[in-house]
Amino acid sequence: MQLFKFTQPVNFMRIKWPALVLSVLLVFGSFASIFSKGINWGLDFTGGTVIEVGLYQPADLTAMRDTLAAAGYPDAVIQLFGSSKDVLIRIPLRPDLAQEKVGEAVLQALNYQQAVPVELRRVEFVGPSVGEELKQDGGMALLVALIGILLYVALRFEWRLSVGAVLSLAHDVILTVGLFSVLQLEFDLTVLAAILALIGYSINDTIVVFDRLRESFRKLRDATVDETINHAITTTLNRTVVTSLTTVLVLVVLFFLGGALINGFATALLFGIAVGTYSSVYVASAIAEVLGISREDMLPPPVAEQEGEHISTL
Amino acid sequence: MLNKNPAWRYLVVIGMLLLTLLYALPNLYPEDPALNISASRGGTVTEQTRLQLQQTFSDAGIAAKSVELQDGKIIARFSNAEQQLQALDQAKNLLGRSYTSALSLMPATPAWLTAIGATPMKLGLDLRGGVHFLLAVDMQAAMDKQLNDMVSAFRSDLRQADIRYLSVKADLAQGQITLSFRQSEDLKQAATLLSKQDNQFVITESVEDLSLRVALTEQRQREIRNYALEQNITILRNRVNEIGVAESVVQRQGADRIVVQLPGVQDTAQAKEILSATATLEFRLVDTDSDLAAAVAGRLSANADLYHSADGRPVLLEKRVLLTGDHIIDAVSGYDEYSQPKVSIKLDTAGGNLMSDASKSAVGRRMATVFIEYKPGSELNADGTAVLVKQQEVINDATIQMRLGRDFDITGLNSPAEAQNLASLLRAGALIAPIQVIEERTIGPSLGKENIALGLAAIQWGLVAVVLFMLVYYKAFGLVANVALAANLVLIVGFLSMIPGATLTLPGMAGIVLTVGMAVDANVLIFERIREELAEGRSVQQAINLGYERAFATIADSNITTLLVALILFGVGTGPVKGFAITLAIGILTSIFTAVVGTRLLVNLFWGGRRLQSLPL
Repeated sequence: MQLFKFTQPVNFMRIKWPALVLSVLLVFGSFASIFSKGINWGLDFTGGTVIEVGLYQPADLTAMRDTLAAAGYPDAVIQLFGSSKDVLIRIPLRPDLAQEKVGEAVLQALNYQQAVPVELRRVEFVGPSVGEELKQDGGMALLVALIGILLYVALRFEWRLSVGAVLSLAHDVILTVGLFSVLQLEFDLTVLAAILALIGYSINDTIVVFDRLRESFRKLRDATVDETINHAITTTLNRTVVTSLTTVLVLVVLFFLGGALINGFATALLFGIAVGTYSSVYVASAIAEVLGISREDMLPPPVAEQEGEHISTL
Repeated sequence: MLNKNPAWRYLVVIGMLLLTLLYALPNLYPEDPALNISASRGGTVTEQTRLQLQQTFSDAGIAAKSVELQDGKIIARFSNAEQQLQALDQAKNLLGRSYTSALSLMPATPAWLTAIGATPMKLGLDLRGGVHFLLAVDMQAAMDKQLNDMVSAFRSDLRQADIRYLSVKADLAQGQITLSFRQSEDLKQAATLLSKQDNQFVITESVEDLSLRVALTEQRQREIRNYALEQNITILRNRVNEIGVAESVVQRQGADRIVVQLPGVQDTAQAKEILSATATLEFRLVDTDSDLAAAVAGRLSANADLYHSADGRPVLLEKRVLLTGDHIIDAVSGYDEYSQPKVSIKLDTAGGNLMSDASKSAVGRRMATVFIEYKPGSELNADGTAVLVKQQEVINDATIQMRLGRDFDITGLNSPAEAQNLASLLRAGALIAPIQVIEERTIGPSLGKENIALGLAAIQWGLVAVVLFMLVYYKAFGLVANVALAANLVLIVGFLSMIPGATLTLPGMAGIVLTVGMAVDANVLIFERIREELAEGRSVQQAINLGYERAFATIADSNITTLLVALILFGVGTGPVKGFAITLAIGILTSIFTAVVGTRLLVNLFWGGRRLQSLPL
């Protein structure tokens, strides 16, 4: 079984300009949303207290809200979490509150109202400094990862490809963060991990295409740059789609079976991989072409040949 | 002949798989509810204690699976949680306050696996339930205290050297001390005096206003910060041991943070108060004039207080406090010239003077060390927090052999262990930097169990989906890739069990699921390449060989970049992100091994070295 059987290379690059314009528009759209609507930062980043309790009957959220307001938490956000008996309560940071006591106080107030005591499932308190640091550390990790990839690809391939790869990665990250902003999904630590994993996944895709591009440049001596890129993308298309499919398969499973805590992680990766697959086909190669990559730039890279020889003894 | 492998290569790969499988095995065994019993301060657990416990359990009709003495602790295993709780009550009744009994889950790994060092994966708190605290040490307070101590030390140093000064003042905001003088000779002399002190200070002379500005060197500042952190860690360890939590973690994180993890603890309020309780020390003379028996009976004389030592012995101490613990700079355990255990104490200058004055007239008398801790009691304040109860205990008393100064030793200790314990308590008494809880996560035990179940289900069904897809899409070659995928999972679990610091968390499980989806990528690359080579008209054997060879460069390139990302994630991330990065990195390495080396062996075995017209691909 094979998904695609092409006798001729597909002319992907014919729509490279519309694709690039679309990507630029999406990136701007994401930025617009990030700056206007902002990001719905999770507890890990904002600081505050989250309390998850299990009830023995379906929750009466209005009554719980009243109880907590009476107990001095009118700003508590209460919502169901996963099931009708599972309730998540968020208390934002407030300078006048001894935050580390909030968890117990809320639990006491709830137990007072409920005939049967609620079951404490989870209390998380994060101080204000921790969240700020996490944002900085996360941003730092992203930046270091992108620079690391920029250097590695420039070293192993060529600087134009390197710029193409990094811009396409930035594109994937910005669009994914944009999605979280547009839909106001909660951006917590697992989403950050997903975005970092996404970089790892998306660069994988891009490198596979680049590797083939280098080979095609050497093999097709009379072809134009457009034709060569088309050839490289077409020959790797089966692999690109199959790998994306298997990854999407497990992510769908994770999305439905992984539970509420892992939901953001699965959402970010599902969307990111869809975008990443598109960007490694269009954005990365198209940018390299726009930057003026040519056959001559790719010619004497003897490293790959040597490695090939070496590996054949495996 | 093309695509044939020597037999040893199969043996190596099979051997490696079996070895990892062996180390992955402990994860299949469930955990026993258990009781960990250890002695508190000063006591020891003996075979006698073990026999007593065993007898008590059987008298109470509790069938313990085993009661064993291990590394100075008794571990009793039970078949269910109910027996475990009953046993806890029995143990507490029998042993009383001088022993700590902690509930725990002990892995039921068979002895032959434990013997080769195979242990199950460590589960993160999100999977097993418990409390996680992140504490920040107030370094500013530590520095301020240091500067204030220096001010009094400078004053007495100058007085002793007969150098006249106008004032010695600490400027906390600037982190320096200003000494001003009347005459420039005094200033010169003072500068020489101070510069003799172990290169601790950066001294700036200013001749115009006749003053010296003294700041701490970078190195000395670093030392102080490290000291404050290490000291807090020691104190926290002692307290965590006191709460009696098995497998607890107290660990440094970064420059001024401490992570405390207490698996299984549910009452965070209590844990937090015990952790943030303050402790102090006092040195007092033993009162030998008053009547001890009368004091025990309740008739206390006016100038004495009644105390108890750790083993319950009553001691009468004078009301006058010779010295408080905040003057202690350092306390280390060691051996004296007769190879007897001792604790060497170093005081700050002011403390040295106090001690010197006080001990001058007390040579030959006994001096006691009192350890004072504020712990939450059963009464509540108006705001619902527990009232802190002052607990005092004589941890040591010793005869003063001579006039004491800034440095002195406590000898006559029973064992090196006691010396170590005393030293850490003495250091604990002088808590120089307060700590604050800046992050807290409590996961209930039911949520932990649910998280494990969810993670396992996701791995299972993810695996099923990918395996089916590969079978349909690549037929027999898909089967080969699936065998590699299964081997890959065994390798991941095996390595996670072997690496001592690796902890499995929920995001880590998500990482494994993701690995399942991405691990087949290498095989997809190889198989697609073989198809291409076949389509270009190469023979079957050539296609297999070229397919693996050409795909490898791509696989290496793409995985090295992903590995790079995993390493960065590990370096920058904390807690759960680190766990995720570890599983991701291990997954990348093992998947290259199984998908490239492993499948090649299988492919060569089934289809290599033969004349074939086509491949089941």
